[in-house]
Amino acid sequence: MTKHQKIDMLPNIDRRSFLVGTAATGLIFGYVGAPAIKDAFGATSANFEPSVWYSIGHDGKVVVTVGKAEMGQHISSTMAQLVAEELEASWKDMSIALASNDPKYNDPILGAAVTGGSWSTGMNFDTMCRAGAAGRITLIKAGADMLGVPEGECHARESRVHHAKSKKSVTYAQIVAGGKANKAWSADDLKAIKLKTPDQYTKIGHSLPQLDIPPKTNGTAKYGIDAFVPDMLYGKLALPPVRFGATVKSVDDSAAKKVPGFVKAVVVEDKTATTSGWVVAVATSYEGAKKAAEALKIDWDKGQYANVSDESIIDESRRLQKEGKEGFLFVKDGDSSAALEKAAKVIEGEYLTSLNIHAPLEPMNALALQKDGVWHIYTGNQFFTRSTIIGSVVAGTDPKNIAMHQHFLGGGFGRRLESDMVVAAVAASKGVGKPVKLIFAREDDMQMDFTRPLTYQKVKVGLDSNGKAVAMEHDVIGAWPTAKWGIPAFLTPAVDKQRVGDTFENLHDSFTVNGADYWYSIPNHTVRNYENKLAQGATPSGQLRSVAPAWTFWAVESTMDEIAHASGEDPVEMRLRLLDGAGANAGGDKPQNVGGAKRLANALRAAVGRSGYGATKLGPNEGMGVACVSSQERSSPTWTACVAHVKVDPKTGEVTLKKVTVAMDVGTVVNPDGVRAQIEGSIFWGASLALLEKASMKDGGIEQRNFDSYTPMRMSQIPEIDVSIISNGEPAVGCGEPAVTVIAPAVGNAVFNAVGARVRSLPITAEAVKAAMKA
Amino acid sequence: MTTLNINGHDHSVDVPNDTPLLWVIREHLQMTGTKFGCGAGLCGACTVHLNGEAVRSCQTAVSQAAGKKIVTIEGLDPKGEHPLQRAWIAEQVPQCGYCQSGQIMQAASLLSKNPDPTKAEVVAHMDGNLCRCMTYARIQRAILRAAADMRGV
Repeated sequence: MTKHQKIDMLPNIDRRSFLVGTAATGLIFGYVGAPAIKDAFGATSANFEPSVWYSIGHDGKVVVTVGKAEMGQHISSTMAQLVAEELEASWKDMSIALASNDPKYNDPILGAAVTGGSWSTGMNFDTMCRAGAAGRITLIKAGADMLGVPEGECHARESRVHHAKSKKSVTYAQIVAGGKANKAWSADDLKAIKLKTPDQYTKIGHSLPQLDIPPKTNGTAKYGIDAFVPDMLYGKLALPPVRFGATVKSVDDSAAKKVPGFVKAVVVEDKTATTSGWVVAVATSYEGAKKAAEALKIDWDKGQYANVSDESIIDESRRLQKEGKEGFLFVKDGDSSAALEKAAKVIEGEYLTSLNIHAPLEPMNALALQKDGVWHIYTGNQFFTRSTIIGSVVAGTDPKNIAMHQHFLGGGFGRRLESDMVVAAVAASKGVGKPVKLIFAREDDMQMDFTRPLTYQKVKVGLDSNGKAVAMEHDVIGAWPTAKWGIPAFLTPAVDKQRVGDTFENLHDSFTVNGADYWYSIPNHTVRNYENKLAQGATPSGQLRSVAPAWTFWAVESTMDEIAHASGEDPVEMRLRLLDGAGANAGGDKPQNVGGAKRLANALRAAVGRSGYGATKLGPNEGMGVACVSSQERSSPTWTACVAHVKVDPKTGEVTLKKVTVAMDVGTVVNPDGVRAQIEGSIFWGASLALLEKASMKDGGIEQRNFDSYTPMRMSQIPEIDVSIISNGEPAVGCGEPAVTVIAPAVGNAVFNAVGARVRSLPITAEAVKAAMKA
Repeated sequence: MTTLNINGHDHSVDVPNDTPLLWVIREHLQMTGTKFGCGAGLCGACTVHLNGEAVRSCQTAVSQAAGKKIVTIEGLDPKGEHPLQRAWIAEQVPQCGYCQSGQIMQAASLLSKNPDPTKAEVVAHMDGNLCRCMTYARIQRAILRAAADMRGV
């Protein structure tokens, strides 16, 4: 099971001590050359900054500084909503600002500036609430002093401190302008604050309008690609034909020199190995840079992966699995091999998922410049801690001289956890000695995506003479995106081994196998995780929205249906029977998994009931299929169930997804409409990955380069959806990813129920369905 | 020099005739509401109006736009309160928001000709606009809401 350790990658300031005092400067962006809060003390006419997370101005406006990347999950608004709840601030007074890479804005649990894993709400809930409460308590005290009444008789509501007895009140604006709010909150003080109970909430649980939406309707929202600085040049990539491993042998820019505005072709020197063989054509305009890039004649050594294809990656995965030597044990429960030997029947399946491309609609980009010894980087990024370090290596400076300027992300989905855009922009700017805005063409963005890995899984199940599952063996093989980060704290020791200091010994990338540790009570369970090093080298992979559970549950939940069909049991009844909450499946070893398997059973009942499963009369060649998942991790499961209703054309094998019913237990809902929006989007993502999106490697390169060959779902292809949100006051869990993981197996199971075709490879293409129908 | 009329104002730009209108609007004139998505007319993020018609500015040479009335998201409504923009907020449509300027401009060209579109007509008109966050269900609802609003029902 994945454990989260605090990561110390940068010198850290003590972000747990909240300074309540008066600071003249308001919010401080960037830690380079910015005055420290303590230097600003004693100044008059100051804003009120109860913590690093927000400040209140003289006008009573609250600016929440968001350390999380805003990529459309509305996390910035969620953070503001948590602060406002305990601060008792009016929603109309709330606004957001995006944090720099100053470590004081690091995630309070992770100790790094990173956004992913559907962790943000859960991991920041307590910190934001306590920060808000510290402000409220301080303001009540100051307000009571101003009103000349006892503090204990006052309460705060809608940005105002009230004294009920005298009916007197004072606004937060007046209190802050009066400079009376002063208190230092230590970590212990903060911990001692008694937070509200859910029945006292007035903002959490309400669909307050998202603060980031209005600027996204009128063109004023600023993304990284919208950054400008004076004297800026433009960069356009000239890329080798292979995804990774190329080196530049020579660059002939004689033709490029004829392009008006051409400045220079810069070969990217990248000691971080984030990129390989990249050249940036720099010019005075983007269209000029594009023409110049096309005119460059570059000779590459294509390197060691120039012959790699999907087929060779799959062959290597099969070889590793057959050999069985290099796997890391992720689950070891009982003796699966003995149980399989004694089994009355054994079911085996090979499950595959294709390479997939993130393709956020804003192509990768970054603007870099050096000024007075400091490198300024303007971009939208999910992992400032890592991008800062990588940027510093390319710039040849200390990380403290890197100032990252955060922007809205025009889609993240895990793609902007990477730093390749920073590498190329810094290298280009360094090469020409001027600011450079580097914009990837869509073709560059797709060719150099850090793809979802091509995964291969082998599942073996033993049934007893009554058809009950008595053993499962599950091998998961592919590239390891998170291992690529080179941070031991993000990796997990095999269950039969120990972590060895700060080394990589015994560690594997559990973010490629999460989900295989399901909540069913099936005895004798073994899961092994294998790194395919050929894939790791040839297809540098990334975290694509929902990561491992999108492939592990594809295998697990398809297999569960295979077991049900083999034993003649209804797939829903069988799942409910196995989700009995026995032993470790009772949950509660972590706050977020309290209730365990029984909560998943309830989510399944909800989805099944809403869908009309078993009751609705289906047309010819139609079927309903179920799946239920505990994505993302066993320590932070979001209990999610799905019924997919499909119609299959038996002549062509084409699948029409008619309706998707999803029920999701998210514990505590901060913003119901925001949760619903995330579930809607992730259902369509899941459907798009299940049916429409496929990338492939040939001769070491990604074959798809634009939206004609890589084809995410469009409006005419969306199914009808029915979404039920279960909110029961348990700790909040993530909602932006889990629904992605439940769709494919539900669709696969529905296809089987419709026409008897068992497809074990994603995406489910018409050809694959047709072939499986004949089989 | 080419003179472009954008949102009612004339702008003179010195660029080659084959320069895509997109880069002139976004980078030369710094009106960044119009977005670059694919450069191939496949995603619709760069949609603007040319004499009232929705066009992909990445596929429109600046010479084709000269002398015509160009409208971008910034000029759709002087206060940013076009019925579609209000509906986009009411339905809480945007997630990352990057495609939404193009979506709104594409939708506006539908409602200017067809004040009462069916859901099927909305889908047919909008199918060339990709939303990677897949806010499609809300986009549909917002367009139908705005249409009703504009008809005064």
